Amino acid sequence: MQTKRMTYPGRFLPYALLAPQVIVTLIFFIWPAGQALYQSLLREDAFGLRSTFVGLENFARLFRDGSYVNSLSVTVVFAVGTTLLSMTVALLLASTVNRMIRSRSTYTTLLVWPYAIAPALAGVLWWFIFNPSIGIVPYMLEMVGYQWNHRNSGSDAMLLVIFAAAWKQISYNFLFFLAGLQSIPQSLIEAASIDGASPIKRFWTIIFPLLTPTTFFLLVVNVVYAMFDTFAIIHATTAGGPAQATNILVYKVYADGFVGLNLGSSAAQSVILMVIVVALTMIQFRFIERRVNY
Amino acid sequence: MVENRPWANLIAHIVLISGVALVAFPVYVAIIASTHSLSGLLQGTLPLLPGGHGIENYTRMWQSGVSNAGAPPAALMLWNSFIMAMAITVGKLSISLLSAFAIVYFRFRFRMFFFWVIFVTLMLPVEVRIIPTFQVVADLNMLNSFAGLSIPLIASATATFLFRQFFMTIPEEMLEAARVDGAGPLKFFKDILMPLSVTNIAALFVIMFIYGWNQYLWPLIITTDPDYYTIVMGIQRMTSEENPQWQLVMAAVVMAALPPVLVILFMQRLFVKGLTETEK
Repeated sequence: MQTKRMTYPGRFLPYALLAPQVIVTLIFFIWPAGQALYQSLLREDAFGLRSTFVGLENFARLFRDGSYVNSLSVTVVFAVGTTLLSMTVALLLASTVNRMIRSRSTYTTLLVWPYAIAPALAGVLWWFIFNPSIGIVPYMLEMVGYQWNHRNSGSDAMLLVIFAAAWKQISYNFLFFLAGLQSIPQSLIEAASIDGASPIKRFWTIIFPLLTPTTFFLLVVNVVYAMFDTFAIIHATTAGGPAQATNILVYKVYADGFVGLNLGSSAAQSVILMVIVVALTMIQFRFIERRVNY
Repeated sequence: MVENRPWANLIAHIVLISGVALVAFPVYVAIIASTHSLSGLLQGTLPLLPGGHGIENYTRMWQSGVSNAGAPPAALMLWNSFIMAMAITVGKLSISLLSAFAIVYFRFRFRMFFFWVIFVTLMLPVEVRIIPTFQVVADLNMLNSFAGLSIPLIASATATFLFRQFFMTIPEEMLEAARVDGAGPLKFFKDILMPLSVTNIAALFVIMFIYGWNQYLWPLIITTDPDYYTIVMGIQRMTSEENPQWQLVMAAVVMAALPPVLVILFMQRLFVKGLTETEK
């Protein structure tokens, strides 16, 4: 990695400048991560008095445990649902806004502000409008004959958290899609329309392929968001229920560790999640090196 | 747009207006609900027009909170949120500026090692190492304090990389001229680098402030004393009750969402710049 051609000489100063960042990182990031690794190899007895070295037993147990496998599949459904819903809506809105000339900035302003709303608040807002007894959406659904109840029905609860998570992410995806759309040369689109391509044909044969880098980048970011930043949505609404139907991995780490006090198992889950984050970050960085394109 | 199609324009406006309505709907419902009395909300169907209890609900939430649900007054929680968000933002920005300066303008042993130490923080979100981090903070006696709320969150790889990237674009001649004139490293940092970075600092400030304000899991486990509750996590205490007082919950939601939303609306240009650059 480069520095400037000319640099300052320094024996102590550079270390002093780096010290705050490095100390915080060591104490609050690297040390706890090491602890998680270490604890994932131990098992505590029921009273938390002694711990014994059990090797990879905690990991093996996790994969034999039906509730962990369930949590994995719940996470996949949740991440795919949130990503697809949020990116589709955002792409539709961004390509429509991009047609506009005078009203573009007004619509952009009206669409970006939900980024500021905390995931926990997004959860509470959707929890409220879908509330089975006083919410407005169940009331309307009842008129078409559907009994909405996310307290009993796992699929209703899953839909609810997907809506809340996707809603909060629309503005982010929208901004990146809009930036991607604006970087497509206008001449390509003009050439296509002279050749008689309709707007829809132009979208699928020119615009969408040229957006692949943006789409791929957003795909990774959204999966990371759905897997790690949505803890608050789950905790503030369904708390993993009903019957574990929305118990995603990050929520399970917290629930097993803080509520269930099963430290070894929770640490093993932390380690698995770290491996997933590292993999996703690598994919993201590789992608920045060589952008996907045709 | 390359051709004029009046129908297509009409459809486009309809799509956008319904998009805006869809995005705004949950917040609209929250604002409406915060102006009704609880019995008005429980009547069966949710009203869609404002009621007459708005001022009453907001003053009650602001001054006394919902004590039986363990939620202190909103004024206190908003103040705590503000302190925490500002401490996180200022902390992240200052330590990242310093470390980017060291990495770009000095050659020293273990430079790459330190770079990787900072890089690793990207891969360890709080959520995945929550229990061991909690233990560290408990051992350091930092539970129920603003230090505990903010310091563990101020390491920032993204901000460090962004500043590094920006410093690399500053012409070499700046440093050469400064050195010819006899400016030491700290003077160069203060009088040349800082003024040049103002826009970048402001853009990151917006993003980091929203990040800090919206923290949820960390305050939730670090604070047990209501004096340190932040507004975003305090709201959860009110909804987890058996029969939540929805009109007060919604008043609190509106108050909690307002500051970051205003930041985005008034600093949209900086926000977009910060958002697109931190993700590069």
